[in-house]
Amino acid sequence: MMNMSLTMIPDLMLAVLLIGMAWAALSSDDLKRGVILFIAFGLLLAIVWARLQAPDLALAEAAIGAGLAGALLLVALRDETGGKVAAGEVSRSGRWLVDLFALTMTCLIGWVLWLTIYTEPVERLAPLAHAMLAQSGVSNPVTAVLLNYRAYDTLLELVVVLTAVLGVMVVGRERRGYRQAGPVFCGLVHWLVPLLIVTAGYLLWVGAHAPGGAFQAGATLAAAGILLRLAGEDAAGLPGGIRLRWLLVVGIGLFLIIGLGVTLSSGQVLQYPKAWSGALILVIESAATASIAAALVLAYRGGRPQGWLTAVDKENNREVSA
Amino acid sequence: MTAQNPPIDLLLLLALLLLLLSLVLGMIRALRGPSLEDRLLAILLLGTGGVAILLLLSVSMQLTALLDVGLVLVLLAAVVTAAMTRRESNDG
Amino acid sequence: MVDLLATILVFLGIAFFFFGAIGLLRLPDLHSRLHALTKADNLGLGLVIVGVALFHGSLLVALKLLLIWLLALLGGAASAHLISQYALRRNHQ
Repeated sequence: MMNMSLTMIPDLMLAVLLIGMAWAALSSDDLKRGVILFIAFGLLLAIVWARLQAPDLALAEAAIGAGLAGALLLVALRDETGGKVAAGEVSRSGRWLVDLFALTMTCLIGWVLWLTIYTEPVERLAPLAHAMLAQSGVSNPVTAVLLNYRAYDTLLELVVVLTAVLGVMVVGRERRGYRQAGPVFCGLVHWLVPLLIVTAGYLLWVGAHAPGGAFQAGATLAAAGILLRLAGEDAAGLPGGIRLRWLLVVGIGLFLIIGLGVTLSSGQVLQYPKAWSGALILVIESAATASIAAALVLAYRGGRPQGWLTAVDKENNREVSA
Repeated sequence: MTAQNPPIDLLLLLALLLLLLSLVLGMIRALRGPSLEDRLLAILLLGTGGVAILLLLSVSMQLTALLDVGLVLVLLAAVVTAAMTRRESNDG
Repeated sequence: MVDLLATILVFLGIAFFFFGAIGLLRLPDLHSRLHALTKADNLGLGLVIVGVALFHGSLLVALKLLLIWLLALLGGAASAHLISQYALRRNHQ
């Protein structure tokens, strides 16, 4: 039986608050209120990850869950006026479903809690991951799992991100930009954007031996781009035309090239040679950071940039764009 | 919790509980606050309070990585505020 | 003992957080609530940070914590400005 210590009190408080905030965010009529409650939920979740001794997840939740997801949801709401749904427009069955869902999840979580306290722990994979850590090229076990043991999964995750962005771009053109920044906001942007970029680089570098990594760094970099766009810089720091396309695919591309390339030396796809694993992982992570950041910023811009679909009409020697 | 000193451990636990309580008060404002700006204020309080909680946890759980989480949280709090309050431009 | 001093500072900081949260709940309108928030931000976080820096005891950690505090201050100031401008615009329409 697990040791029931006093630390269960704040942990239980966090659990109750988490579920309550999720339920409140889902059952909110006013959509903007719902988004704000969702951001609060993200903050609580980051603290929960910290309590579960998962700082990598806490970093990702702080950057992506609390920050970027809130910004993206808000941008989606901008297309509607004010985001208010008249009370009663949310159908009664919709409300019932949300309440039922919250109740079911609470019961599931309670059952898992009961199991954790009263049953024996099972065989875990963590000791195996730690045992092979010295040969993986990095000393952070999470990075080893993401970029070495389960590199296929990370490659496919990058493909998922790219597919999502392509989906956003298929739907329409990018949204209207923002007003030029006044003096106070301009001052904020002047120091916050460089700091975000430096922090992204730090998270990328430190991911090899401490919590950090490509996704966290990419999200932080995307936050810098979003801030630029909010200050009136419509391109949000991204290049245009063909360089943007290269930026979007460089993560997957480099991952594939390296993964297939090492087949020459070790006979299996994505089997890094032991002496080179650390360097190869860093290269892959850097490219992935750039691609993730570009994809998230493009998603925030909302669609195809001006001139994305440009073909050259050779007969009449002019550009035809959509 | 793994700080070396049991009475300090207990005091840190109490500190954590009090901080969580302050956050609950902030959450009430987020749930109630009649306007969007009030809710935004509550989010700012939760953000700063969350950073404080993470810093305390970095001491009691002996995880210095949580300092980095606090750094990222502080940086993104300003971005979220800007995302909510900036207006779109009139042209285009 | 350093640990005891650090704990006292942390509790003082949390007291400011508490007052800020109560202010957020009890004060009548947005602009006065902004004032309550800055108390929690500046002094609350500042005292907690000094306490945590004393607990950790390393210079590098203390510098990182100082950076966090400065960012919270500057970000909080800019955020307060943005929020009150937004509120003024909405109320004047």
